[in-house]
Amino acid sequence: MTTHYLILSGLLFSIGAVGVLTRRNAIVVFMCVELMLNACNLAFVTFARQVGNLEGQIIAFFVMVVAAAEVVVGLAIIVTIFRTRRSASVDDANLLKY
Amino acid sequence: MDPVEIIQHTAGGVIGLSWLMIAIPLLGATILLVLGRRTDRWGHLLGVAMSLASFVVAVLAFVELLGLPEGQRRQAVHLWEFIPGMVDMGLLIDPLSIAFALLITGVGSLIHIYSIGYMQNDPDRRRFFAYLNLFVSAMLLLVLADNYVGLFIGWEGVGLASYLLIGFWQFKPSAAVAAKKAFVVNRVGDFGLLVAMFMIWTTFGTLAFGGLTPVTEENPTTLAIGLLLLLAACGKSAQLPLQSWLLDAMEGPTPVSALIHAATMVTAGVYLVVRSGAFFFPQGSGAALAVAIVGAATLLAGAIIGCAKDDIKKGLAGSTMSQIGYMMLGAGLGPVGYAFAIGHLITHGFFKANLFLGAGSVMHGMNDEVDMRKYGGLRKYMPVTFATFFIGYLAIIGFPLLSGYFTKEGIIETAVQAQPVLGWLAVLGAGITGFYMSRMVFMTFFGEKRWEKNAHPHESPSVMTVPLIVLSIGSVFLGGYLILSNRLMDWLAPAVGAPAVRPEFHFTSTTGIATLALVAVGAAYAWYKYGRSEVPAVQPRGSFLTTFARRDLYGDAINESLIMRPGQWLTRLAVFFDNRGIDGVVNGLAAGIGGSSGRLRRLQTGFARTYALSILFGAAVLTGALLLVGNI
Amino acid sequence: MSSLWLPTLMVVPVLGAIVVALLPKGSTTLAKQVTLLVSLVVMVLTLVMAFQFPNAAGDRFKFEATYSWIPSFGVNFGVGVDGIALVLIALSAVLVPIVVLASWHDADGVKAADGTVVAPKRSVKTYFSLLLVLETMMIGVFAATDVFLFYVFFEAMLIPMYFMIGSYGGAQRSYAAVKFLLYSLFGGLLMLVAVIGMYVVADKGTFMFPELVGAIQDPATQKWLFAGFFIAFAIKAPLWPVHTWLPDAAAQAPAGAAVLLVGVLDKVGTFGMLRFCLELFPDASKAFTTPIIVLSVISIIYGAIVAIGQTDMKRLIAYTSISHFGFIVMGVFAMSQVAQAGAALYMVNHGFATGALFLAAGFLIARRGSPHIADYGGVQKVAPVLAGFFLIAGLSGLSLPGLSSFVSEFMVMIGTYSSQAFGSGALTVAAIFSAVAVILAAVYILWMVQRVLNGPTAEPVKAFKDLNAREVWVLAPLIALVIGFGFFPKPLLDVINPAVSATLVNVQVENPGVAEKGAGQ
Repeated sequence: MTTHYLILSGLLFSIGAVGVLTRRNAIVVFMCVELMLNACNLAFVTFARQVGNLEGQIIAFFVMVVAAAEVVVGLAIIVTIFRTRRSASVDDANLLKY
Repeated sequence: MDPVEIIQHTAGGVIGLSWLMIAIPLLGATILLVLGRRTDRWGHLLGVAMSLASFVVAVLAFVELLGLPEGQRRQAVHLWEFIPGMVDMGLLIDPLSIAFALLITGVGSLIHIYSIGYMQNDPDRRRFFAYLNLFVSAMLLLVLADNYVGLFIGWEGVGLASYLLIGFWQFKPSAAVAAKKAFVVNRVGDFGLLVAMFMIWTTFGTLAFGGLTPVTEENPTTLAIGLLLLLAACGKSAQLPLQSWLLDAMEGPTPVSALIHAATMVTAGVYLVVRSGAFFFPQGSGAALAVAIVGAATLLAGAIIGCAKDDIKKGLAGSTMSQIGYMMLGAGLGPVGYAFAIGHLITHGFFKANLFLGAGSVMHGMNDEVDMRKYGGLRKYMPVTFATFFIGYLAIIGFPLLSGYFTKEGIIETAVQAQPVLGWLAVLGAGITGFYMSRMVFMTFFGEKRWEKNAHPHESPSVMTVPLIVLSIGSVFLGGYLILSNRLMDWLAPAVGAPAVRPEFHFTSTTGIATLALVAVGAAYAWYKYGRSEVPAVQPRGSFLTTFARRDLYGDAINESLIMRPGQWLTRLAVFFDNRGIDGVVNGLAAGIGGSSGRLRRLQTGFARTYALSILFGAAVLTGALLLVGNI
Repeated sequence: MSSLWLPTLMVVPVLGAIVVALLPKGSTTLAKQVTLLVSLVVMVLTLVMAFQFPNAAGDRFKFEATYSWIPSFGVNFGVGVDGIALVLIALSAVLVPIVVLASWHDADGVKAADGTVVAPKRSVKTYFSLLLVLETMMIGVFAATDVFLFYVFFEAMLIPMYFMIGSYGGAQRSYAAVKFLLYSLFGGLLMLVAVIGMYVVADKGTFMFPELVGAIQDPATQKWLFAGFFIAFAIKAPLWPVHTWLPDAAAQAPAGAAVLLVGVLDKVGTFGMLRFCLELFPDASKAFTTPIIVLSVISIIYGAIVAIGQTDMKRLIAYTSISHFGFIVMGVFAMSQVAQAGAALYMVNHGFATGALFLAAGFLIARRGSPHIADYGGVQKVAPVLAGFFLIAGLSGLSLPGLSSFVSEFMVMIGTYSSQAFGSGALTVAAIFSAVAVILAAVYILWMVQRVLNGPTAEPVKAFKDLNAREVWVLAPLIALVIGFGFFPKPLLDVINPAVSATLVNVQVENPGVAEKGAGQ
């Protein structure tokens, strides 16, 4: 069983990673990041079940809390960028370079 | 016989106070320089007073020394610890140093007095006297110090005073250049003295004259030290090959030429050789021979240069070189020669100062004209100057019974016996002296007037003529007094040693007669060329030989092409190397680092997805690496 | 027993700096006066301390004080002085008030007679508090007996000097300041590595200098550690070929800062060689002597030749200093009592002499607005007092006997010549070569004097005013010291000699020849 869960987790993580690398829309990138985080959560929970203790589940909660906080800050930034630039493309926000 | 032992002076008396000789003029110089313009009104009087006071101390010390038995006539006076463990500052009062002290302060005071008149109209007369006082002080330190370091301080001190005084009219570029040249050329000699001191200290563990012991056998070390000291002497005394600065030094005011570049400072080289004679120039040694050869070469070179100069001061400068050449020749002949060398040095101090001051007096009356072609027939207009100059002239050419006759004859006689070739060269030199000095007298005081239109020759004021008269008296009698019955030799014996055989002065020796004959021929030829016939107002082109002499035997040309030009080239190369080579590497390194980081920063594109890709890639590499290591 | 002298000397300037920095805006004159007062107090305190210096045998370091600083690494705030450190501290303490007086208007925006800006207008308070901070560090670096503390001061000294050059200097100031900083940091880094390495290898759990002496025996280790220290000191000194920062820094720094830079900061390099390189790594020092002597002789001759070719007064003086530092390094590594005492004396004398020369040149530049020698001519005629001081300072630069530099240069050369430390050959040749610099020195100084002071008075020079009272007070004490120590070097040498003997004992050099002779005369 564990293997199946882990494969699913790996698939979800890969989809998320590809999404982050390929999509331009900030919201989509953001959702892909969430997907990667949740793939990790799945792995944690799987291992917790396998090992039989609660630590993995606790970490999953931690990740959720952090993800929620991140969503708050991240969405605010994206909204602000969208307001000023009329665009949510991550490639347009490239002023912070050499 | 070796010099007597130096004893430490303990009792008081004037000898114990002999440091006053140095301190008094130094104080004068300090007052005049520190108080500056405030002392303008009375500065010259202070200068004269300080010099005279120093003379009085010297005379008193001399009298006290006379009162001592011969075995105690070398008294060292300890002053203070200079460099602990190496050398103490102290003075050596002995017959040699006191003779010099008398000459320096005596002739020096006369020249101070003369300068009151000569520098009358110079706005900086006070500064001039300050420098003169400084010079007297340094020169006394040079001759009175009881160790080489003290001597060296005085040695450079007179160099500084000479630098300041040659460049006294520093607003003239030629004077400034001449001053610098004199100092730099002297420094070449100082290099020799420095290295000689290193060797003396390393070999003998002392730098005091009292710590050295006389040698009879020469060894490689003493030969090397002797040659290095000779180099130093060549610099200071304008001997070949370091002679070139002296002629340019005539840019200074004439009293300076008289005091520094004729009577005293330039003879310091002779003093150095005689003072070190017992240690590093034993009779018959290679070092002593080198001294004699340099002396003989220079006495001829100086005489030849003197023949072709139309500038009266430069003519006299050539003559000074030549006369010091005689002294060096004498100093290279051991204790017999020392007495004659020092004797000639003293009489030369008188008659050459006399001649220079006479030339100054002429210039004073002729609007500072120095070209003898623009003189002529001056004897009626400046009778005192003429009379004293003429006495000086007779003394320098060795007219019988005058000062120069005795001392120069002594040197020639000794040289012919010890080193016949050099001796006969000296005889030849005497003949040339007869020529160029007569030429000078004829061109200046005899013949037609060839003056500039605005010249109004007049006799100088008595403040200038009185010193001339005093000096000319010395030029007449001093030589005979010192040399006949070997008075000077006996006096100096405790300091420099006595010769094995006491020489007798022969009035009718072969060399003496030959010398006189040659001098007469020279004088007659001068009369034929410049007395009887007209002197052209413009310098004629002259033969190859004349040009050779006029251009100082190409001394400057040689220095310029062998030392100065390559030196400038080397300097430019070094500066280029420093800016482009070393600093180029440094700046290149900086530029290289800057450039590569400029390229590296291009990785920071600003595209978030690129960063994400590199993070992923990094994570993959890390994971792979960990798997590879196998710790997971 | 711990003495409060040195901590006091270090605290007073810092407190002064804080007071100056906290003064209300605009009170520039007050800031200058407070700085002058503080620096004078420090000078008086230092001199009182120096006169109390017990010049007797016994402990190597006097006025010792040790406080624990970072106990976990055994780092102490340890201070104490031997004779050499004492004279160098005295040098710093005497120079600072003179520099304060000399830089009175340096931060006000100096304008020459024709309106050229010589130095920009900047914060006066900052300049003078930086100066006081620097004074603390200069005293600290010479006083430190803890190697780590020495390192800290060695590096921290760069900060105030960096700002003094970078903010208050001439047109190319930022280039010069960065070059100075990077050069020094590079050296400092190597030294830091060596300091840590030494701590680890010696395994004594302390950085205290007396305990580390003789702690490292392995010759190969000594060599590596020696190299780390020596390169740092050679850059600081500076020795050929790592000297090129000095002409830039000295030429761009305001004259007062240049005096401290060349007069004191650079001495830390030669002081470090004498104190740390020789005593901590005696075997390595002996092994490296020949190449170092060669480098020093190159410095002497090369510095002199390049100085001749300079067209900028301050750069010229900087190159003469490179030549003089060559003498000091040669003296240090000649390993004889006379040469090392001469080198230590040279550090002091050079500070006064070159200080005077820099300041006199600074006064000239403040009047004319240009450091180029060609822009001058005939200054003697219009400003005789300034010209006189410039000439005497210059003569001291060419080591005229009777002036202080001569004594030290003579001692270095004669001590090197006579040193029996390694068989006489190489050192003898080195001494003879270095004596050539005597001739070159006359050329570079007198040629500059000729072009600046002599000749017909150039048109812009005619407007020159002679020195005012403040400027006379800046130069007169320096010249007095230069002449005074020229004839009476004994007080300094009496303090220096025991310290040099102690050094030589630690280096374990057999040098019987000279000592015997010294006693024998």
